[in-house]
Amino acid sequence: MFAYLVRRLLYAIPILIGVNLITFALFFIVNTPDDMARMQLGVKRVTAEAIEKWKAERGYDKPLFVNAQASGVGVVTETIFFTKSARLFVGDFGRAEDGRDIAREIRTRMGPSLAIALPTFVLGLFVTVCLALMLAFFRATPLDFWGVVLCVAMMSISGLFYIIGGQYLISKLWRLVPISGFSAGLDAWKFLILPVLIGVVSGIGSSTRWYRTIFLEEIGKDYVRTARAKGLSELAVLFRHVLRNALIPILTGVVVVIPLLFMGSLLTESFFGIPGLGSYTIDAIQAQDFAVVRAMVFIGSVLYIVGLILTDLSYSWVDPRIRFES
Amino acid sequence: MNAPMKNDDLLLRVRDLRMGFAAGRGGQVLTAVDGVSFDLRAGETLALLGESGCGKSATALSLLRLLPPAGRVLGGEVDFAGSDLLRLSEAEMRSVRGGGMAMIFQEPATSLNPVLTVGRQIGEVLERHRGLSGTAVAARALELLQAVGLSDAERRLGEYPFQLSGGMKQRVMIAMALAGEPRLLIADEPTTALDVTIQAQILDLLRGLQDERRMGMLLITHDLGVVARMAQRVGVMYAGEIVEEAPREIFFTAPRHPYTHKLFAALPDVAARGRALETIPGQVPPLSAMPAGCRFADRCPHVEVRCRERSPGWTDLGGGHRVRCHRFAEIAPAHRGDPGVAVMPPAMPTPSLLTVDALKVHFPIRRGLLRQTVGHVKAVDGVSLELGRGRTLALVGESGCGKTTAGKAILRLIEPTGGSVHLDGRELTGLPRAALRPLRRQMQMVFQDPFASLNPRLTVGDILAEGMQALAIGDAGPERAAAIARLLGQVGLPVDAAGRYPHEFSGGQRQRIAIARVLAVQPDLIVCDEPTSALDVSVQAQILNLLKSLQESLGLAFLFITHNFAVVDYLAHDVAVMYLGRIVERGRVDEVLRAPRHPYTQALLSAVPSPGLDDRPVIRLAGETPSPAKPPSGCHFHPRCPRASELCRTSYPDERSFSVSHRVNCHHA
Amino acid sequence: MSIQPVLLWSDALIWLLVLGVVAFGWASSRTPPLRAAWRRVGRNRPGMAAATVLLVFVLIGLLDSLHYRPPLANRTPDQPAAYSIEVLSALDALAAPLRTRMEKTYSAPLATRAYAKESIEVRDAGGAVHAVRDFPRLAFGGAHLGEDEAQRDADVLGRVLAAEVVALALILVVSGVGAVLLARRQAIPWPQAVRRLWRGDTDIAWNAVLFSLGALALTAAPLLALCVDYHVFGTDKVGQDVFYQVLKSVRTALVIGLVTTLVTLPIAVALGILAGYWRGWVDDLIQYLYTTLSSIPGVLLIAAAVLMMQVVIDTHPQWFATAAERADLRLLALCLILGMTSWTGLCRLLRGETLKLRELEYIQAAQAFGVADLRILARHILPNLMHLVIIALVMDFSGLVLSEAVLSYVGIGVDPTTISFGTMINNARMELAREPMVWWSLAAAFSFMFALVLAANVLADAVRDAFDPRAAVA
Repeated sequence: MFAYLVRRLLYAIPILIGVNLITFALFFIVNTPDDMARMQLGVKRVTAEAIEKWKAERGYDKPLFVNAQASGVGVVTETIFFTKSARLFVGDFGRAEDGRDIAREIRTRMGPSLAIALPTFVLGLFVTVCLALMLAFFRATPLDFWGVVLCVAMMSISGLFYIIGGQYLISKLWRLVPISGFSAGLDAWKFLILPVLIGVVSGIGSSTRWYRTIFLEEIGKDYVRTARAKGLSELAVLFRHVLRNALIPILTGVVVVIPLLFMGSLLTESFFGIPGLGSYTIDAIQAQDFAVVRAMVFIGSVLYIVGLILTDLSYSWVDPRIRFES
Repeated sequence: MNAPMKNDDLLLRVRDLRMGFAAGRGGQVLTAVDGVSFDLRAGETLALLGESGCGKSATALSLLRLLPPAGRVLGGEVDFAGSDLLRLSEAEMRSVRGGGMAMIFQEPATSLNPVLTVGRQIGEVLERHRGLSGTAVAARALELLQAVGLSDAERRLGEYPFQLSGGMKQRVMIAMALAGEPRLLIADEPTTALDVTIQAQILDLLRGLQDERRMGMLLITHDLGVVARMAQRVGVMYAGEIVEEAPREIFFTAPRHPYTHKLFAALPDVAARGRALETIPGQVPPLSAMPAGCRFADRCPHVEVRCRERSPGWTDLGGGHRVRCHRFAEIAPAHRGDPGVAVMPPAMPTPSLLTVDALKVHFPIRRGLLRQTVGHVKAVDGVSLELGRGRTLALVGESGCGKTTAGKAILRLIEPTGGSVHLDGRELTGLPRAALRPLRRQMQMVFQDPFASLNPRLTVGDILAEGMQALAIGDAGPERAAAIARLLGQVGLPVDAAGRYPHEFSGGQRQRIAIARVLAVQPDLIVCDEPTSALDVSVQAQILNLLKSLQESLGLAFLFITHNFAVVDYLAHDVAVMYLGRIVERGRVDEVLRAPRHPYTQALLSAVPSPGLDDRPVIRLAGETPSPAKPPSGCHFHPRCPRASELCRTSYPDERSFSVSHRVNCHHA
Repeated sequence: MSIQPVLLWSDALIWLLVLGVVAFGWASSRTPPLRAAWRRVGRNRPGMAAATVLLVFVLIGLLDSLHYRPPLANRTPDQPAAYSIEVLSALDALAAPLRTRMEKTYSAPLATRAYAKESIEVRDAGGAVHAVRDFPRLAFGGAHLGEDEAQRDADVLGRVLAAEVVALALILVVSGVGAVLLARRQAIPWPQAVRRLWRGDTDIAWNAVLFSLGALALTAAPLLALCVDYHVFGTDKVGQDVFYQVLKSVRTALVIGLVTTLVTLPIAVALGILAGYWRGWVDDLIQYLYTTLSSIPGVLLIAAAVLMMQVVIDTHPQWFATAAERADLRLLALCLILGMTSWTGLCRLLRGETLKLRELEYIQAAQAFGVADLRILARHILPNLMHLVIIALVMDFSGLVLSEAVLSYVGIGVDPTTISFGTMINNARMELAREPMVWWSLAAAFSFMFALVLAANVLADAVRDAFDPRAAVA
């Protein structure tokens, strides 16, 4: 198990380097820094000096890979690649367009993001697994049929509609909670409850249907027949036998997103005015703040890879075949 | 049911049981079991015998009401312990399942829950039906595991199914079934997925437990040998009906139903050597088109008009023997010939076609941080064979012994690690792919599973043409079409089959297509990898007949990979027995099968249940085949060998000759 | 007056796709397993109803994919023909009244007056002109009523009723023709044919098709009857008819949903099969490639790529002759970018399936004949993966349509000048805070999108059930 884990960690390195190269290519090779400067400053009537100044302020005036003018290690370090891409590995994300340190911004915004994403995730998982178990229990009955119909209908509704509709109904019409905003501390609950609720509801359709399929697939297997032949009740079969086995495929899709919860949700945070990483990203995209987008891409990949490793770990927790193998 | 019996002995009384499967939207139900009736007494074993699709498993599942979602019980009575099971509520039924009546399934590999420990899975039954809890559960589970002869039972309690071998899993299944102290045990093909030596162990275990507990046992099987070893009474099922029921002795000496006759006659063995096996023409009628009269009428050699008009009723022949046939009286009881020694064709010295020398296939085992190779699975470890033109060499062994790998390595479908293969004097190993291609014309393979060996997206014609195209035999167009028509005729298929797709054919017909496919390139050598193990006995007979006649007419050489000694006896000239990647004994078929020298061969042969009344002693082998990744030191067989000595533990025995052809690797042969 | 046809890149791809579908349909009809699978789809009632709805959407989208530039008017015949800079489509021509009748700003559905008060100059009886703050009369919405605005409700009701009567008659005629055709084909009396049709006792679930055609007719007829003289779904901020926008959005959604999968399908199929068949270092490399790509969270990769693409497009204005071309290229680029992030899933799936297939005995039989690897891939592996590709194609569609809306909202979707569900929602949400609310744009966009995605999801289910071999066994 330990060797396995170390190997996974080692495998993460080439992937991160790959991600780094892809982002570097996207941001600096597809377009030259000059193009970006022109874009930022307005395409027309830009003087060469203004461009040079813009580049110098952001450190984009260096050569891409090799700095022939520098000496010693500077040949490599005094380049855009080193300062903008390689430095990401040590957590140096540089500064945003507004001059703020991106790393600090990320640290302060992680809290609000988690405050929304974590409860949404936990509650959503619980609700959908319960609903799916219910549908599986009542399989081949009208309840199951209409449940699936409802799921398909719910997954055909745009996520935007859930947010806009929820805000309109609960905040505007019934005035139960504030329509948007955030506050630190315990007061936050009244700002959190609506986005969490909407997050859970919008995920019900697709997740429930998917989990139901997994449960039904397990129910069709031989060991379930054995369990029934022992005289166990249908509920005991479902909870003691099917659920444990179904956890294995469910975990594949679920555990990998846990680290990504830190990144928050773009839509929810922007609609509800939550000062988290999601809204930070969206603002950066809309302001075309390349430094922030680059940093978020990198962090996102790191978290995804962490998620993959967590998935492997969780397998060994639920699946004895993997636990005892190595 | 006509034999005098004490009522208190009667355990199960099934009357006119009918079940079916819902098909399509219209609420239509196809009847799969139609009016089955039988009795079962305590301590008695009733075998339900039949080929696949005859409704025997559906009958068993109906008793426990454990049918698949589409299954429906349509009527009848199942009296068990004073109540009609078909009329119990689901909750009442649950206390019968696992309590009064327990079941063992065919596939031990998939029938245990992979994520629960053995102890937990047995404990569940104890909690449910015996009301035990806490440490009492663990203690009782341990007793049960010991009762089913699981070695190291204490440790096994905490283990998961994947840590156990197939035989051990089936023992756990049996322990689970016994946990509720059932009065009736239903065993659905309990040994079909197991090797013969393990099968012998499990059958012994079941019989011992039954005697000990006076359980009734309903044994579902397709294997006449298993019936002979286990059953007191036999019911033969065909197309959803029981057609004949008899006590064991009568069943094996004087069966009366034409179908039963045919089943016996289709069994290959040495007595049938040299002549074609009896086959049953046609197929079992589909559920959607059951004939109105006798269901066997279409395939029966004795059929007459009344057979097609009305279904025959039961005729009681006395002594518990009854039969459903209009004409049983006119049909002479079949005589099972004594398995006398057949006259062997003299061993003709034929020029050698295939010579395999010290063939090795090792698969690396990679572990650790950098996936470095820490060992090898020695699937094939120095196999030497010789096969002459027009002859059949059977490569026999239990699952995992490396026989299929060896066959594929000879054809270079798997790259050999070492050794050499000569075909017609030419070295195959190490030949580059392009240079190998012309040689492929001479050697071909027929695979085990006729459902996986034909591409479902190609027509039969395309499948047959593939080899000719790839090896550039004949011109495309009319010439090839004529060749395809000729091939289809050769394997006994209609010419219009060329335009149809594999799914339109039955298993036996597909295997014919697969044979025609290799014949298309006119090979000299065909490697047959268990070509009949997925088929029913009657269909197996057809394929064996076909292979034999092809060999006679075309002078083909077969390397016949199998685990079935009856087939070997019928078809092969020479035999090589494999154990853990090595050949332990080889020779002419009469030498190896009549006078085996290696203790493994002896045990294998005695473990095969014979479909007759002769009660030969069985040599019981302890334990199971070890993993080829870690073969035992010295002679690989010594941990299971009754004759093992110190020498066997330390050194691998050299080959010893007992005749020109008979060679054995054993210190004590 | 002649027109100048314009073939936008996305048009080319769409028509290529149509061609591909026709070719694939022809190929399927000659391959029994595929034909059997499509028959199963045909028997699936919800699936066929959904397919009918989708077909209508596709027809709208195809009409909107025939582009041209109208000639400029006011030219003497001897001048060389000159064409407008504006690129129109066949749909634009058909819906000319909807397109050209621009109001000043918002107006509610079926309104005759604008949504906001304005100072209007009113000439009173005495002839004096003075300014009044009132809701101004719309230029086109309900203009035929003249001064008699009170008549609107009666007018609307009358039109709706008349339209429904026509729609009902139409359905009956179509069903009748269907029954007669069925009767002739199966040589049965027509009352029996009607009964069979009604009960769905046919090879294809025609009753579901007729039912959903009927539902469509009953919905569309009043809309069509009203849209001539009213803005059925109101107008947006710049006074454009929302019904027109909704119709135009359909093509964008279809392009995003179909072209995306299409452009990346070859990559996913090729790499997946190669990795699974050859294994070894090829497999390692391909696995590395897709793990790396999929480790970047989708939205962020799309955001980064779209931002960069924007820079490219903005700094090279000389590449595009018309605004439509630029918007079109951006749409295609979005498809490509979306595809880049979505092919990895299919690739992984195909790799796994190929790994399983290559161990099957018919592949080994082919290898035993020395059949070349590429031929094995083409004859044995690819056809046996087709069902997965088809399932992936239909399953991805709805997800892509939904994600277009989200991406456009985030600002990394289609060009702001391209009409799409996303841009409609994005423009409308600014007005949610208004009192009273401007809800109609949102409502129209969401309900059309819902209809499209729901139909796609239901059809996807039917296709998956029909093509999944495991489902076929059960």
